[in-house]
Amino acid sequence: MLARLLSKDLPRSPWLAALLVILFLGLAFAPFLFPGVKALNVAAKVLIFIALVASFDLLLGYTGIVSFAHTMFFGIGAYGVAISLNAAETPGWGALVVGVIAALLISLVLSLVIGLFSLRVKAIFFAMITLAVATAFLTLASQLSDITGGEDGLTFRVPEWLSPGFRLREEPLQTPLGEVVLNGRFLTYYLLFTVVCAIFLVLLRIVNSPFGRVLQAIRENDFRAEALGYRTVVYRTLSNVLSAGFATLAGCLLALWLRYNGPDTSLSFEIMLDILLIVVIGGMGTMYGAVIGSVLFVLAQSYLQDLLRMAGEASAGIPLLPALLTPDRWLLWLGLLFVLSVYHFPTGIVGRLRERAWRRFR
Amino acid sequence: MTLLKDMDWKPLALVPVLALAALPAVGSPSTWLTLTVAGLAMGMIVFIIASGLTLVFGLMDVLNFGHGVFIALGAFVATTVLASMGTYTTADSLWMNLLALLPAMLVAMLVAGALGLAFERLIIRPVYGMHLKQILITMGGMIIGEELIKVFWGPEQIPLPLPEALRGSVLLGDAAVAKYRLLAVGVGLVVFAAMVWTLNRTKVGLLIRAGVQDREMVESLGYRIRRLFVGVFVAGSALAGLGGVMWGLYQESVIPQMGHQVNVLIFIVIIIGGLGSTLGALIGALLVGLMANYTGFLVPKVALFSNIALMVAILLWRPQGVYPVTSR
Repeated sequence: MLARLLSKDLPRSPWLAALLVILFLGLAFAPFLFPGVKALNVAAKVLIFIALVASFDLLLGYTGIVSFAHTMFFGIGAYGVAISLNAAETPGWGALVVGVIAALLISLVLSLVIGLFSLRVKAIFFAMITLAVATAFLTLASQLSDITGGEDGLTFRVPEWLSPGFRLREEPLQTPLGEVVLNGRFLTYYLLFTVVCAIFLVLLRIVNSPFGRVLQAIRENDFRAEALGYRTVVYRTLSNVLSAGFATLAGCLLALWLRYNGPDTSLSFEIMLDILLIVVIGGMGTMYGAVIGSVLFVLAQSYLQDLLRMAGEASAGIPLLPALLTPDRWLLWLGLLFVLSVYHFPTGIVGRLRERAWRRFR
Repeated sequence: MTLLKDMDWKPLALVPVLALAALPAVGSPSTWLTLTVAGLAMGMIVFIIASGLTLVFGLMDVLNFGHGVFIALGAFVATTVLASMGTYTTADSLWMNLLALLPAMLVAMLVAGALGLAFERLIIRPVYGMHLKQILITMGGMIIGEELIKVFWGPEQIPLPLPEALRGSVLLGDAAVAKYRLLAVGVGLVVFAAMVWTLNRTKVGLLIRAGVQDREMVESLGYRIRRLFVGVFVAGSALAGLGGVMWGLYQESVIPQMGHQVNVLIFIVIIIGGLGSTLGALIGALLVGLMANYTGFLVPKVALFSNIALMVAILLWRPQGVYPVTSR
């Protein structure tokens, strides 16, 4: 049953399996285990990143294509929901569905055009073109302030059931760990959780299907794949479209959770770098790497900065070191980590754990 | 003469065609002249930066996504050098101003070149021949470089004022043409001429061109193409540093993220030009510069999109860029 659900792509390492079970349980019961606004925000961010990064892994890890336009599709999703709910008189489920579908359609067309146009040639070409298109899109989104709200972004109301004011039960639920308020945020969190689980399982299904095998063949040797009779352009484009679609869905979830969207929250280049970092550190081409990487990264983002602040204060007086250790420079350390992991751990955390398990098994 | 006859002139004609096509759209000839000079100046600066990148790609099949770091570094070094020059930049004498700019450019080129040497050694050498890793690694190098610039110069925008005598504009007929833009076109032409001379009239240039065509053949003739490549990489980084100084002065301010912003333009340029082609990069740069200025005047909101549209149009015409390099 479980093997079927995971498309027979099991963790293949006891440590990895244990880690995944802990993370799954932690996320599933996050509102009960970690009451508090910040903790729930962190958990929701982890969920959104899991969907976003897993969809990027389909492209980078399984098909071997580097795209810098992934945040563009993420942003399209977020803007689709934001614009639609912002325009609606009374924000209801209808407006939400319209927004999601419109965003998916736009992403579909855009990714298809970019894919057909630039995936015929070298991978490097695609990377450059997507970088250019994504930057242009970001500029466009912040310029068209009538529609997108410009730099300020859009704040909007969500369907009533999901708004913080909504109560499922008047009195808070008493649990051994404290009180849990059953409000709209609680429901939104579980909506996110369900959708992200579904996205992840579908992606796992895709990469373990015959279609996914062809993608991996293209990654390993596109010339040979073509020689075997697979139209590599078609497969690459399909992979691009699928990954864009799932990124769009992740964007919709982000907008729904934040009840706000602006260029910096969903389109900025920093998020693209974050995605790259997570995929590489978690493990390219493993899907589970997206889970492990997202959790580590978001936790680091939320709590590493505090650690750096402490280190910076401790090193006060030594020249240059405090400037290197301020929380503002945390991207520097992540960048170093990124470069080192591309060199030394090209398979990421998941790859390492699997290697270890495999060696012991032998 | 066969060289001239074999020459593919159509892409070269694109630049004047675009300029003339914009004339009726802009309307007044004097505005058009101002915009055209601005476009050419921007194009020349972009070319200075892009030429190194496209050569590196052509010679060694390495695409450096971290090229932007050298641009930003050059510009930031120039702010420090110019700030220390004191009266040379504020005096109202063209010669004294140029005397201040020259060391700024030289130091920027030296520093960027030195970083290029380190970058090649530490970041790129381990990943030759692996495109996917190259993209990831050089992107990582870019993040680190940008953050280090923030450590040394701070994350804020720093003004980079033009020296006194280069401010303002001269009148050509009715058209006001900014003095600095003329200087930028001049510097760009000098760099282009030096490059054409090096590539076409020297032994090193011959080897570089041969390396672009067929690397293994050059290697089998006993030349160390690796060493040649390091030289080209350092020269390309130094040119990016120079271009960074020019770009910073063009914008009259520098921010640590400028490398990334310019990078996008550069990519469009070398895609238009054909990856690895120097002349193609020049044409691409001029087209992009002109297009950016015309659309910036006519419909400012879509300025960056116009360059994408330009790229798409060119690629529909020639899918490998205007001057495709053989064997790629």
